[in-house]
Amino acid sequence: MSIVTLAEPRAAAAAPQGIRTTYRDAVREAVRSAMRSDPRVFLMGEDVGKYGGTYAVSRGLLEEFGPERIRDTPLSESAFVGLGIGAALGGLRPIVEIMTVNFSLLALDQIMNTAATLLHMSGGQFNVPLVIRMATGAGRQLAAQHSHSLEGWYAHIPGIRILAPATLEDARGMLPSALADPDPVLIFEHALLYNLEGELDAGAGAVPIDRAAIRREGHDVTLVTYGGTLGITMTAAGQLAEAGVSAEVIDLRVLRPLDTGAILDSVRKTHRAVVIDEGWRSGSLSAEVSARIMEGAFYDLDAPVARVCSAEVPMPYPRHLEQYALPRAEVIVETVQRMVNPHAA
Amino acid sequence: MSPTANGVALLRAMIRIRRFEERCAELYQEEKIRGFLHLYIGEEAIAVGVMQSLTPEDAIVATYREHGHALARGIDMNRVMAEMYGKATGTSGGRGGSMHLFDAKTRFFGGNAIVGGHLPLAAGLALADRMQGRGVVTACFFGDGAVAEGEFHETLNLAALWQLPVLFCCENNRYAMGTALERAQSETELALKAASYRIPAWPVDGMDVVAVEGAARRATGAIRAGEGPHFIEFRTYRFRAHSMFDPDLYRSKGEVETWRRRDPITLLTDRLRGEGAVDDAALEGIEREVAAEIDAAAAFAESSEWEPVETLARHVTSEAPS
Ligand SMILES: Cc1ncc(C[n+]2csc(CCOP(=O)(O)OP(=O)(O)O)c2C)c(N)n1
Ligand SMILES: [Mg+2]
Repeated sequence: MSIVTLAEPRAAAAAPQGIRTTYRDAVREAVRSAMRSDPRVFLMGEDVGKYGGTYAVSRGLLEEFGPERIRDTPLSESAFVGLGIGAALGGLRPIVEIMTVNFSLLALDQIMNTAATLLHMSGGQFNVPLVIRMATGAGRQLAAQHSHSLEGWYAHIPGIRILAPATLEDARGMLPSALADPDPVLIFEHALLYNLEGELDAGAGAVPIDRAAIRREGHDVTLVTYGGTLGITMTAAGQLAEAGVSAEVIDLRVLRPLDTGAILDSVRKTHRAVVIDEGWRSGSLSAEVSARIMEGAFYDLDAPVARVCSAEVPMPYPRHLEQYALPRAEVIVETVQRMVNPHAA
Repeated sequence: MSPTANGVALLRAMIRIRRFEERCAELYQEEKIRGFLHLYIGEEAIAVGVMQSLTPEDAIVATYREHGHALARGIDMNRVMAEMYGKATGTSGGRGGSMHLFDAKTRFFGGNAIVGGHLPLAAGLALADRMQGRGVVTACFFGDGAVAEGEFHETLNLAALWQLPVLFCCENNRYAMGTALERAQSETELALKAASYRIPAWPVDGMDVVAVEGAARRATGAIRAGEGPHFIEFRTYRFRAHSMFDPDLYRSKGEVETWRRRDPITLLTDRLRGEGAVDDAALEGIEREVAAEIDAAAAFAESSEWEPVETLARHVTSEAPS
């Protein structure tokens, strides 16, 4: 795995009693502590046990909890996601790990047609307390079948909650909150974030999963992003500051239901917005955010909402093409510059 | 219960489902029931027979052709009929309709209308039961069409691998909509597919309710004894079209007639008459009681309230306990 350094938004504000950790370890700690405190919780997925997890998130958990609660499954995405639904109905609190979002398409039927519909279809009788975690995103030269960012698609579906932890606090804290939710929750972990290092409060635990977070305050432009693109967005905000432009960065954190209020409040203050989304532009989450700004803060805008998304191509393999296809800090900076300074050459 | 009394109870249960669905077909013509309506007529022996082998703690997961299963499971006919209408008093508050009957009290998990999509759910319920040490069975009903889906194979493999307490009930009525089994499967002996996953599997005459009950008891007995999942292929036939939209062009009248001669209700009636267990008066009594129950159910559905549109957004996510 290539290492791409990402700015850790909270590093500067870390508490003195913080411990040095990684995003990967924070997720593992979240799983471990949930399993220790609740016997109903178990982890199931491809290679979560003996292999230790494709991204090593579950390494060591099989030894601690045994094969009944750390369940290796065959390559049957639809079946093991569906088993998770059934097990949740049967009183357990399954954490289903899908290796990556790319393979989640084989379980889309279960997620969309069963997990998201059962409560409604049964007139409120059967809620599904299921948590599904999966890796998402590009950036490791894995080419066209292993680089998708489809969390925006999932955010289209009523009946499920969509989370995108972008910080160590959220990597550690979103899982326990998701497990406490009576309904299905999908957690998208950008694969490039697993190596993210920083300080995490020793007592870190559950975090709210119903609102966005302001990762940097500013007054000239609002940069709305989430997950894997928070790092480049923070970098861009830093560069903009050097150029005298004050950018506010909103980390959506929760992709469904969207915290529209947080977005609109910020835009009403800055009067400009750029949405940064690793998904493709057409029919994307960035389109949804943009539409909501248009619906709710049109008259507060000094410029049309802009978007920085992935190029609309299946992801190419060569590094230079892949990097060019993905949202980049420099493109965010240029986009903002054009916005605040429309008449510059 | 004596064998004779049991036979009469089975007959009554099948007649009750048959007449209920015949009324549903009429109500469909009257536009009281809308959407998809899949009748189980001809296949009643399976739901009725299998239910005899289940306890109240067991779980049931069925398809969109599930009215018979719901009634045989003991869900109140009034609520089933109200759900067919879409009324707020229905089993699913009217949100589901004919294809989505649900009932927490009897552990009836639908009413699922994605072919094969509910098999993993059944295995998951069984996994939860096993992990929590509950010695119960999950009975999962599905058609011959589901056998072609990946979810069928994925689930049978996992259920066998993890020795989950599931009874797989394949209702082989020889057609998936208009596609005959031999036009969809390279191997039409469906039990062989389950056997290839090392699941005990065998075919049973799905028109003979006594044979169905016997097979289901044998299978659930083994499952309760910890012998893992079992698979029964019930050979049956649907006498009516696939749904109310189906012009039924893909099979001959003669074929339907041949199967109608093996009507599970007629077969059992003849047997019970032969044994002197029922006579015309007894049959008339059953019909009268069943008709009265159906009349009452239709009246209940008719007079029930519609859910107000103001509560449309309910049940998308769970409501905070008040
Ligand atoms: C995944 C999926 N594909 C297609 C359909 C449309 N469809 C509904 S019922 C059906 C036939 C299913 O046949 P079978 O499993 O034999 O059950 P039966 O209707 O005969 O009881 C089809 C193709 C569906 N509901 N789900
Ligand atoms: Mg069929």
